[in-house]
Amino acid sequence: MPASPDADGAIMAGRTARPGQGRLRDHAALIDAALLIAGLGVLWQAGSMLLGREALPSPAATVEKLAAIINDADFPAHAFETARAFVTALVIALLAGLVIGLALGASRLAGEVAEPLLVGLYAIPKITLYPVILLLFGLGISAKIAFGVIHGVIPVIVFTMNAVRNIPGIYFRAARTMRLSVMQTACTIVIPAALPEIISGFRVGFALTLLGTLIGEMFASQRGIGYMLVRAMETNDTLTVMALAFLLVVLATAASTALLAVDRRLHARAQPSSGS
Amino acid sequence: MTVVMTRADWIRLALVAGALVSLEAACRAGFVSKDAVIPPTVMLQGAWRALHAEETRGDLFYTLHTVGLSLVLSLAAGAAIGALLHSLPRLRRVLDPLLASYYAVPTFVFYPLFIVLFGLNRWPLVAIGFLFAVVAVAINTLDGLSRIPRAYRRTAAVMRLSPAQSLIHVILPAASPWFFTGAKFAVAYSFIGVIAGEFVVSGAGMGHAIAFAYNSFDNRMMYGLIVLLFVVVGGINTALWSIERRLYARLAGR
Repeated sequence: MPASPDADGAIMAGRTARPGQGRLRDHAALIDAALLIAGLGVLWQAGSMLLGREALPSPAATVEKLAAIINDADFPAHAFETARAFVTALVIALLAGLVIGLALGASRLAGEVAEPLLVGLYAIPKITLYPVILLLFGLGISAKIAFGVIHGVIPVIVFTMNAVRNIPGIYFRAARTMRLSVMQTACTIVIPAALPEIISGFRVGFALTLLGTLIGEMFASQRGIGYMLVRAMETNDTLTVMALAFLLVVLATAASTALLAVDRRLHARAQPSSGS
Repeated sequence: MTVVMTRADWIRLALVAGALVSLEAACRAGFVSKDAVIPPTVMLQGAWRALHAEETRGDLFYTLHTVGLSLVLSLAAGAAIGALLHSLPRLRRVLDPLLASYYAVPTFVFYPLFIVLFGLNRWPLVAIGFLFAVVAVAINTLDGLSRIPRAYRRTAAVMRLSPAQSLIHVILPAASPWFFTGAKFAVAYSFIGVIAGEFVVSGAGMGHAIAFAYNSFDNRMMYGLIVLLFVVVGGINTALWSIERRLYARLAGR
C-alpha cells in the first residue's frame, strides 16, 4: 500500500509535538523564518531589478528611506496619532465585540436573527461608508476610530458568538447546579471555555481594525501614517510608499505572529488529545 | 422550492424595517442633520434616479467587469497556490504567519506600483482585487484539501483509481464546500478591493462615482449610489451564502 500523502499533522506542529521536541521544533521554526525572509528579500530584489528602481525600489533603498523617515522630526507625532487612534479603536472593537458576541451566543434566537445581518455587513465594501462616517463624525481622530471599529468589530462578534454556541450544554447545567449568577457564569465558565475561539476572533479583529484605521486616516485626516501614505501616493513618491508599506507589513506580521502563537497554545490546551 | 420564513427571519425583517422607519422619522423630524443623513425614502429615490442614468449604469458595469476579472484570476491562482501548499507542508508552515497577517496590510497602497506596471487602465484595479481575494481562496482550498478523510484517499488507492480519476471522483467533490467558501470570500474581497481602489485614485466605476458625488455635495446621488451598490453586492453575497449552507448541509447529511 502506498504511503499516505496526508502529512497535515506536521502543519499544526504546535499541537502534536511531544514535550522533548520543543527546542528542536523552535530551532526548525527559526530556520524556516530566516528562509522565508531571505526568500522574500531575493524576490523583492529581483523584482526591483526587473521593473527598474523607479517602479519598485530595492530593499536596501527602502530600508534606508524608512530609517530617514523614522528619524525625521515630524514622524513621532504621526506615529503617535496613528497608534492612539488604532489602540482606541481596537479596545472598543474587542470589548464591544466580546459583549455583543456573548449576548448573541447565549440566546439561540438572537443569534439566528443577527447572523445573516452580520455576515452581510462583513461582506459589503465598508469603504463606501466613508462619506457617511465623515458627515457624522467630521474630520479628525473620531472618524478614524469609527472606521477602525466598523471594520474590526464584526469578526470579533461572529467568532465569539460561535464559540459560545459550541460550548457543551453540560457546562451550563453545571453552572445552574452551582447556582452561579449570570456574571459568574460568563466570567468563570463561558469565557474560559470559549477563549481559544475568542482569541482567533481577536486576531482577525486586530488585522481588520488596523486596516480600517489606516483607511480612515488616508481620507479623513491630516495626520498619521495613513495620511503620510496618501500624500506620498498623490506625489508619486514610490520610495516613501514602499518604506511605509514595509513598516506596516513588518509591524502587522510581528503582532499577528505573536497572537497566532497564543492562539495555537490555547487551542492545544483545549484539545490535548486531538492531535492529528 | 418554497421559501419558508422562520421566526428568526420574521424578527430580523421587523428589526430592519423598524430601524428604517425610525431613521425616516428621525430625519423628517429634524433630529438628524439633513447635511449628514437623508431619509431612507429619499435614498431610494436617489438609487432609482441613479439606476436610470446612463452614466451610473456604465459605472456599475465597469465595476462588475473589473470584479469579474479579478475573481476569475484569484480563483484560478488561489486554487493552484492552495494545492501547492498542501503538497509542500514545510512551505506551508513557513508561510503561515504571513498568511495570517496578510489582511492587516492595506493592499491598495501598492496602486502606484501597479499603475507603473500596467498603465492607467482597468488592470491596476484588477490587481488590487486579485491581491485581496487570492489569499482567501488559497487558505480555504488548503483547508478543504486537509480535511479530506484519509479513508477516502485510501479507498481511491484500493480501487486503483488513476490520479486524474481520484481527483475528479474523490478529491474535488470532497473539498468542494471549502473551495466554495473560498469563492464566496473571493467575491466579497474582490468587491472590497476594487471599490477601495476606485475610491482612492481611479477615474471610473462605482467607487469613483460615490466619491465624486460626495465631493460635489450631492447627498441624494451619493446615498442612492451607496444603496444601489449595497443591494447588488448584498444580493450576490446572500445568494452565495445560502448555496454554501446547502452544500455543507449535504456534506453533514452523508
